This record gives sequence, C-alpha cells and structure tokens, in this order.
Amino acid sequence: MPNAPSETPRLVIKGVSKIYPSVIANDNVDLTIMPGEIRAVLGENGAGKSTLMKIIYGVTHPDKGEILWEGSPVTVQNPAHARELGIGMVFQHFSLFETLTVAQNVALAVPGRLDLAGLSRRIEEISGKYGLPVDPRRLVHALSVGERQRVEIIRCLLQNPRLLILDEPTSVLTPQAVRKLFETLRQLASEGVSILYISHKLDEIQELCHTATVLRNGRVTGHCTPSQETPKTMARLMIGEDLPTFHHGEPEEGREVRLRIDGLSVKSEDPFGVDLEDVSLEVRSGEIVGIAGVSGNGQQELLRAISGEEPVPDKRWIHVCGVPAGRMNASRRRALGMCFVPEERLGRGAVPRLSLTDNVLLTAFRRKMVRFGMIRRKAAKTFADDCIRLFDVKCGGAASEAKSLSGGNLQKFIVGREILQEPKVLVLAQPTWGVDVGAASFIRQQLLCLREKGTAVLVISEELDELFEICDRLVVIAKGRLSPSKATSETGVEEVGVWMSGMWPGAEPAKDEAPHVA
Amino acid sequence: MQPSLLSAILFATIVAGTPLIIAAVGELVTEKSGVLNLGTEGIMSMGAVAAFAVTVHTGSPVLGILAGMTAGMAMGLVFAVAALTFMANQVASGLALSIFGVGLSAFIGKPYESQALPSVATWNVPGLHKLPLVGHAFFEHQGLVYFSWALLAAVAWFLYRSRLGLVLRAVGEAPVAAHSVGYNVVRIRYMAVLFGGAMAGVAGAFLSVFHTPLWVEGMVAGRGWIALALVVFATWRPARVMVGAYLFGGCMITQMFVQGSGMHLNIPSQFLSALPYAATIIVLVIISHNKATIRLNSPASLGQPFSPEA
Ligand SMILES: Nc1ncnc2c1ncn2[C@@H]1O[C@H](COP(=O)(O)OP(=O)(O)OP(=O)(O)O)[C@@H](O)[C@H]1O
Ligand SMILES: [Mg+2]
Repeated sequence: MPNAPSETPRLVIKGVSKIYPSVIANDNVDLTIMPGEIRAVLGENGAGKSTLMKIIYGVTHPDKGEILWEGSPVTVQNPAHARELGIGMVFQHFSLFETLTVAQNVALAVPGRLDLAGLSRRIEEISGKYGLPVDPRRLVHALSVGERQRVEIIRCLLQNPRLLILDEPTSVLTPQAVRKLFETLRQLASEGVSILYISHKLDEIQELCHTATVLRNGRVTGHCTPSQETPKTMARLMIGEDLPTFHHGEPEEGREVRLRIDGLSVKSEDPFGVDLEDVSLEVRSGEIVGIAGVSGNGQQELLRAISGEEPVPDKRWIHVCGVPAGRMNASRRRALGMCFVPEERLGRGAVPRLSLTDNVLLTAFRRKMVRFGMIRRKAAKTFADDCIRLFDVKCGGAASEAKSLSGGNLQKFIVGREILQEPKVLVLAQPTWGVDVGAASFIRQQLLCLREKGTAVLVISEELDELFEICDRLVVIAKGRLSPSKATSETGVEEVGVWMSGMWPGAEPAKDEAPHVA
Repeated sequence: MQPSLLSAILFATIVAGTPLIIAAVGELVTEKSGVLNLGTEGIMSMGAVAAFAVTVHTGSPVLGILAGMTAGMAMGLVFAVAALTFMANQVASGLALSIFGVGLSAFIGKPYESQALPSVATWNVPGLHKLPLVGHAFFEHQGLVYFSWALLAAVAWFLYRSRLGLVLRAVGEAPVAAHSVGYNVVRIRYMAVLFGGAMAGVAGAFLSVFHTPLWVEGMVAGRGWIALALVVFATWRPARVMVGAYLFGGCMITQMFVQGSGMHLNIPSQFLSALPYAATIIVLVIISHNKATIRLNSPASLGQPFSPEA
C-alpha cells in the first residue's frame, strides 16, 4: 500500500518534456511514486507512456525537466546507469537476442560469473513459482510472442529492482499467467518495490494498481484511484468520451468456403517447436472464426503454414478460394486474395526502418500501385494516408519510419493496411495487441464490417473476451491439434478454458459432444 | 607419393594457412560484434611493413610482431573512429582503409626493398616432432604457427564459453537490445575492431618476418581479401575458418607443386591458379549451406551503424 507521506518518494519526475520533430511526446509531465506503490500509467495509443518510461530508464533523454531518485536529483545517462540505481524495465517491444537461448538472454542481464547451468535451474524455479513457464534451453527466435514476454518478465524479476517498470507486460499473456504475475507483483510491492504499470486492459489496472496517472497527448490530464472507478469511467478519463458500442450486421448470402485446411500436418523445424497434427478447418465467406489457445501450442506454426511463410509439402492441405495453395509462397497466396496480420509487428508485420508508404507497398502493391514494373508512389501514398486517417494512426505522416510509431499506432496501421485491401480471406494474429480500448473496439468493428461484406476472417488470439465478442465460431488449439468447432453462442469461457488444456470430447473416441464438465 | 613429399606438402599447407587463420579470426571477432571492417588487406600490409622495419633495426622478430600488432591496432583505431564514432558507412571506410594501407605500406617500405632478414628458427615440439610423417608437418614450425592454433582455441572458447563473448555476440545480434540491457555497444565494438586490427597486423608480420623474410611491395597479395571471404563462407564459425584456411593453403601449395614439377598435364595453368579460390568457396558453401545454422551464426546487425540515442 502507498506509504505514509513522510517517506521519501522512490522517484519524482518534475516537468519532463520530450519533443520529437513531428510530435511532443511528453509535455511537462509530473509523476511521483512511493516505495511499495503500484501506479498505473494510462493513456491512449501515442499518449507518451512508453516515451516517459524510456526517459526514466535512460534509453532516451528528456529535453527538459528533472528526475529525483530517492530524494536526490539524477540524470539517468543510459540503461546501465538506471540498472545501477535499481530500475528494471520490461519493454513493450522486447529487447531480446533472437539467436541466443533463453538462459543466455537472462545471463546477459544478471551480473556475475557465467554459469548457465545454475542459471537455467534458477529460471526454471522462478518460472514455476511465478507461473511463467519457459524452457531455458530454447532459442528465442523460435518462441512465440507470449513466451518472449515471459522471458522478458523473468529476466527483469531476476535483477531484484527497486523500481519496476512494466510496459504492457500482459498484452499477450494468458489469464492464468496474468493472475500469477499479479500475485508476484503484489508480493514485491509489499516488500517495498515500486511498480510503474502500463496496460490497456483496464480491468487489470483496476485489480492491481493503487493509483493511476492519466496521460493524453503527452500531458498529465488526471489522476484516479482505480479501485474506486470502473473500467468504463477509466476509459472515459483516457479517451475523453464513451466507448462506441458494437453493431453485428448480417452477411450477404452465398457463403462459400474461402479457406480450407485439410489434414495439415507439419513437423516443426525447431526441436522445441510444436508439430501440427492433422489440422482441419474451414472458414466460410461472411464468418469470423477464432482460434483460442495458450500461446506456444502451435499457433505460430499454423500461421506460418497458412500465410505461406513456410509452404507445406502437399498443395491440397490448404485451399484458398478453392485453389490448392499449400505449396504457394506468401506472395502468391496474397494474389489469391488472402491477407495476413502476423503477431510480430516490428520485423514481420512492418519493416522498422521503412516509411509507412513503403510498408504499404510491401503488401498492398497489387492495388494498382505498380504499373509496368514501376512504382506509382502517389497511389501508395494515398493508400497510406487513407489508412492513417481511417484508423486514426497518430504519427508524423505517411513518410515517418515505422519504428517511430508508438506500439498501438503501428498495430492499427498494420491491421488497417490489410483490412483496406478488402481481402477475400483475412488471417490475423493478436489483432488488438497493445491497442487502446477505443481503437481496439474500432478494429473489432472493422472486422465485423468486413464479415458483412463477405470476407472470411480467421482470428488467432489469446484474448478470450475478444474472441467471444466478434467470432461466429471458435476452435481451440492445444499441442498442435485443433478441437472441433463450436458456435460462440453455444459455448462459454469455462468450456473453452477446459478445451485449452487439450481435453475436448473429440480427443476421445466418444462421438457425442459431452457437456463441458465431462 | 613418397612420405617425405606428402609431409612437405602438409608442412607448406600449414604455413600458407597460418596468416589467413590469424587475420580471419581477428575479422571474425570484429564481425561478430556487428562491424564489417573491409580494411584487412590494408591493415595486413601495414603490419607487414612495420614488423619488417622494426626487425631490421632491432634484429628481434618478437619486437617485429609487436610492431605489426601496434600498426594493426592503429589502423583499426582509424577505422573505428570513422565508422563507430562518426558513423561513417562501414563498407566505404573499410575499402578506403584497404587502399590507404596498401599504398602507405609501399611508401614506407621503399628503403627496405633490397634488404633481407635471416629466417627465424623453427621451434620443434619435443618428442612429437620425431613422429613419422606428421612430425615434420605439424611440429617443426615457427612460433607464430603454434600461436595461430592457440588463437583459434582461445577465440572459440571466448565466443562460446565466456561472458564477454556472449556480450559480444549479443551486441552483434541486436545492438539496440544490448544497449537497453545496459551494455556500452560502442565501446564493445571498439574493442572488437582493435582486436581484429591487431590480429591482421600480426598476420602481416608473419608474412614479412617469418614466411618470406623480406619486404616486397604488394606482398600481402590479396590474402586480406581471402581472409574476409573465409569468415563469411565459414558462416562466422572459428573451426570452419580453420578448415577453409588450410584448404585454401593446401590447394595453393599443391597447384604450385604441380605447375612447378614440370608434369605434363593438359590443364591450363590459369585454371590451376584459380583452383584454390574455387575449391575453398565450393567446399565451405557446401558444409555451411544449412539455413538455420547460417541464421544462428551470422551477426544480424553486421554493417549497420548504432547510436545510443535512438
Ligand atoms: N523515435 C521517435 N521519433 C519520432 N517520434 C516518436 C519516436 N518515438 C515516439 N514517437 C512519437 O511519440 C509519441 C508517443 O509515443 P509513445 O511510444 O510514448 O506512446 P505510448 O503512449 O507508449 O503508446 P502505445 O500505447 O501505443 O504504446 C507518438 O506519437 C510517437 O509517434
Ligand atoms: Mg507504448
């Protein structure tokens, strides 16, 4: 609990400003956090939350303002300095080394002699204790984003920081993992650790945080005590208006199968990966099908097989709009009218150093942006501008580099880019990852609109709420196998939760669909 | 083939591979940190001339090696200041360094062109050098040959077993992440470039003081470029660098022997001269063609500038 006012605050920020060429990311921000306090930092996408955290951690330097660490003024030179002070940070965009193992990644952040065997044991111990299972021997590039997030958190906790900064740590964690993490965080807070917590999941903030600071367009616009608010009132504080409500329309007639997966089996190249076994699924025009499941159960492999990043040996395993497409690469599948949103937005979804216009060209060039092999920049720019306008992407214009966008804004841009291509089949992984509540409901609404226009939509997500909100049917993936599908209206969170551990009726010889507690 | 001939070819192969190993291992460390220094040819030339000059004046090959090393580090420093501090394009800076080094060494070396040094005695490994066939080939070498083996082992251990090696690989893989975990990326890259420069300098010293103890303009003769190619074709792995270096050395020696022996073969000599290059590349490409291992071993940030203020 927040301590007596007589105590020295762990951290005080006074009048901090950070100005980028195109935008004022932080404008005269004040923030105080006491030992043992868990403070939420709330705000829309692009409000300046990550920028503020990076300033505290020494990744970027403020243009103006003062920082007091435990009562004395400091200039945080760089992250090394911040860590010496006792500040630890979990980044929104992970700072992991892909070609190294989990244990090596952690070793890089804990000082002392290199003892990978001992460290691996500690990682296993801690990951068990905190409910964040990871295998220390695995290479990071083979992990799903959910697993990567666990690695980041474990690495940070192992440093025993006195101020812990968590920038959207739960965006791709399962509900169980989140619950465990919260127990851990409360325990740490009771030992005097201060925690700065950023999340777009308002119910989490309400459950965990003692206090909250709201940022809007770089300025502090208010404070609140989350326990005395509801997610609705906090959302209003954040975006300044009420959340829009959903509108489920009915799709047009003529519901042919647009995406068919038939007996797909793939052996994972990574020895620790998940093999897909006999996966079959159909997605019809005008429906949204959701794949639920704990990350690391084959979602990545499935997505790669569907998108064509990893073509499969038998072309009949995947049909796109009736065409056997199993052996086609991603570009040829796109030519058939399929679009994808991969889960890694920097690197897979967008090229960080390219401008937004160039990023549009990469996937949408078929929309008359290339003529006689020459790029029509104007068409590409118009498309990018439309995407920025329609999806309310906050950025310095179509010419800004993808990596300069805030996490949620980049996600909006990528999703928008694919949706605006009016695909026949759209496959999305974690479509609202890191997107603020307002924008998330906008994206969901757009998906519903696409469905109405007859697109076949497949959504892979760990967020059950989201899946239940927009999907017509749900299937569950566990250990590389797919459950039978169920209409969303005929199932519930509990049943899907049970299925997520691989125990669905089809898994047994029994024919009838047993009631869910079977 | 008589045993003595085979033994002689093996011996010469190892000698020919030694400068390649030393220079390539240095470059490997540099590239593992994410820096592409194409200046090896120039650095080796400077190392060779500095080592030769100092040995001529002092009579001490050891001081010669140290001089070569120092000259190499100085060249490395020039590159590091340009490419790391001022973030000049690494490819352009490296090429410039090569041209500059070759030219400057020719200029410095003018007064030494007609001089020769006594050849440096070999050091025979007690006991082992008496072994039939392999004794002469492996254990009757000059000190720097043994040094190249120790260097390989030390660098392999450093990269894959030591903490600093892990940090170095991390920096080459993802400098931004390394910075945010608290490492000084620029400083680590400086050290890697200086080490690479020092080793290229030593490799040059081996050529002018040990291998053929005299100075001739252009005597490095493209070995710096070969070393660079070896690193890439060996997919940044020390053991494969060694395989490549000896393979190259072996083909070189064998074709020279064939050409010199007056054997009547119906093969154009140009083809024989090109053979070592082609054979090395083909073999290394074949043993390193696995996509996954390439991805795991190549430093992802190679050649990209890094600035701490993103
Ligand atoms: N390196 C940069 N160059 C230019 N603009 C930047 C840079 N980094 C951030 N910005 C801009 O600063 C603003 C704030 O970004 P920040 O990442 O702090 O937002 P955020 O509150 O964390 O949003 P999200 O919830 O989407 O993560 C954004 O408009 C972003 O485009
Ligand atoms: Mg952010």
